[in-house]
Amino acid sequence: MSRAGVIRALLFFGVLTALPFAVTAHWIVNLGVFTLIYAGLASAWNLVGGLAGYPSLGHAAFFGAGAYAEAIYFQHRDAGANGLMPFLVLPIVGAGVAVLGLAVGWIAMRTRSDVFAIVTITLLFVAQTLAFNLNSLTGGSQGIGMPPAPFDVDTYERPFYLVLVLLLAVSMGVTWAALHSGAGLSLQAVAADEERARGIGVHVTGVKLLAFAVSVGIAGMIGGVWAYYVSFIYPQFAVDPLITIGMVLMAYLGGRGTLWGPVLGAFVLVPAQQYLAYQYGATQLYLIAYAAVFLLIMLLLPRGILPSLSHLLRRRHAATGRSPDETTQDPADAASTEAGTVAEEMAR
Amino acid sequence: MTALLEVEHLSKRFGGVTAVDDCSFTVQHGAVTGLIGPNGSGKTTVFNLATGYLHADSGRIVFAGRTLARPDPAALYRAGLSRTFQHARIFPRLCALDNLIVAAGHPWRSLFTRRRGHADSDRALALLEEFGLAAHAEHPAGELSYGQRKLLEFASVLMSEPKLVLLDEPTAGVNPTLVATMEQHIRHRHAMGISFLIVEHDMNLVMRLCDPVIVMDRGTRIAAGPPDAVRADPAVLDAYLGQ
Repeated sequence: MSRAGVIRALLFFGVLTALPFAVTAHWIVNLGVFTLIYAGLASAWNLVGGLAGYPSLGHAAFFGAGAYAEAIYFQHRDAGANGLMPFLVLPIVGAGVAVLGLAVGWIAMRTRSDVFAIVTITLLFVAQTLAFNLNSLTGGSQGIGMPPAPFDVDTYERPFYLVLVLLLAVSMGVTWAALHSGAGLSLQAVAADEERARGIGVHVTGVKLLAFAVSVGIAGMIGGVWAYYVSFIYPQFAVDPLITIGMVLMAYLGGRGTLWGPVLGAFVLVPAQQYLAYQYGATQLYLIAYAAVFLLIMLLLPRGILPSLSHLLRRRHAATGRSPDETTQDPADAASTEAGTVAEEMAR
Repeated sequence: MTALLEVEHLSKRFGGVTAVDDCSFTVQHGAVTGLIGPNGSGKTTVFNLATGYLHADSGRIVFAGRTLARPDPAALYRAGLSRTFQHARIFPRLCALDNLIVAAGHPWRSLFTRRRGHADSDRALALLEEFGLAAHAEHPAGELSYGQRKLLEFASVLMSEPKLVLLDEPTAGVNPTLVATMEQHIRHRHAMGISFLIVEHDMNLVMRLCDPVIVMDRGTRIAAGPPDAVRADPAVLDAYLGQ
């Protein structure tokens, strides 16, 4: 990892971790929790949708599977003396959902691009219908409850928040490791031209199934935390197309296939959505405003924020005939050069 | 010389069209074999069948002494059978160096090791050097010219140290200078011990470079032999010029 990359990661996660200790306003930490949920989901989705080029629309099904796994296990149990049990079982939930993903991916990943998107969104609705109808297991439309978390009321959100920071770190760590290993190279080849990738000996089926399993496993763990946080889950919210759409939009917005893009997308879109809902909530105008934000960015930065930015800055360098590492006298130029390299590096 | 690739009684139909019809030929170890024929005579289909991209309706493929009932492109590639495509297929977003490294035919565990191993990088850089692409090593392959892409694709399939390389129209659509460059690279690699099977429409190049030459028409082999013999063969003249 480059030193700048280490510093950026440390700074980002340092600030994130410190935030709930510095700010105690419930609405901010609550906003933080939902931003982190989506950042983690978008980052996990990116492994499949970005790196491997398989636009899954079914990830909410695995988010829901994780949520229900937690809720079903804990419906007649308590959350442990300090309320940490639901967090401690997350790795098991994640592994279980990953195995489920392996089975689903083995079938679904025989299709590609738009067909794959349709197959996976169908899967989402199948999962939702199951959640509605498997009454004995999921409680159907009545929903199912988690044990109350015995956390201090003043800092109630903090443990959820911190666990979500950890899961985001896991997701981004996996993405980073993928990008810097043979797996990422193989996935990028699969995304570009799967048939040729197979023809030059890339382990196509293995690597894309691995990416899918890891991706949905992380989504399942985030679903588990969400279930505990909201404490009562219903099929229409646990297996919700809006969750799928949210993570996909954020990954597209920030830049598919990049390490920071999907996270950036979540940190822009979730607060924007909340703000607009707060401003225009009563009139439904907020949905239009939300769509407008998204359309505007897609119009101006069609490849997503990070890739478009790095492309733009690289073109500017080419136009001025200077290479990015040539430092200049003009401080403004130097700043833009700096920003260019950072954006380029983050876009990798 | 021994047979490296044997194509035996291969047939392939697409709906009502018989693209390859009971076609048999062999590619000898150490030879540069040309595969020519009028448009639509089934050359590319034979390529696709031999490399496992398509499955034959009947017939069989024997590569390096192994009979393959259902050839799989990945397994064949690792066994030493590489190919290029008519319209250079490269990974445009990956840099030239990564385009080579990804084609090294790695084992499973390489998914969990570094993206660019030292040995791979060195070998890839040497290949880029050989093909005059070293200056583009870190640039996206999509920025290369069409001719350079063809060179890059050729270079990339050499990463697996193949026994036989199938080139599908290596000089189609590239400028005359690059045709000469491509020919040099093929000769150089041939001298290093790689066998070739080349589909090509540039007859001058085929006659210079290939021996033997196999001629296909309407999905089957109509002639095979040294270039001069093939050129004088009435069946070949008939296929190309008609009666």
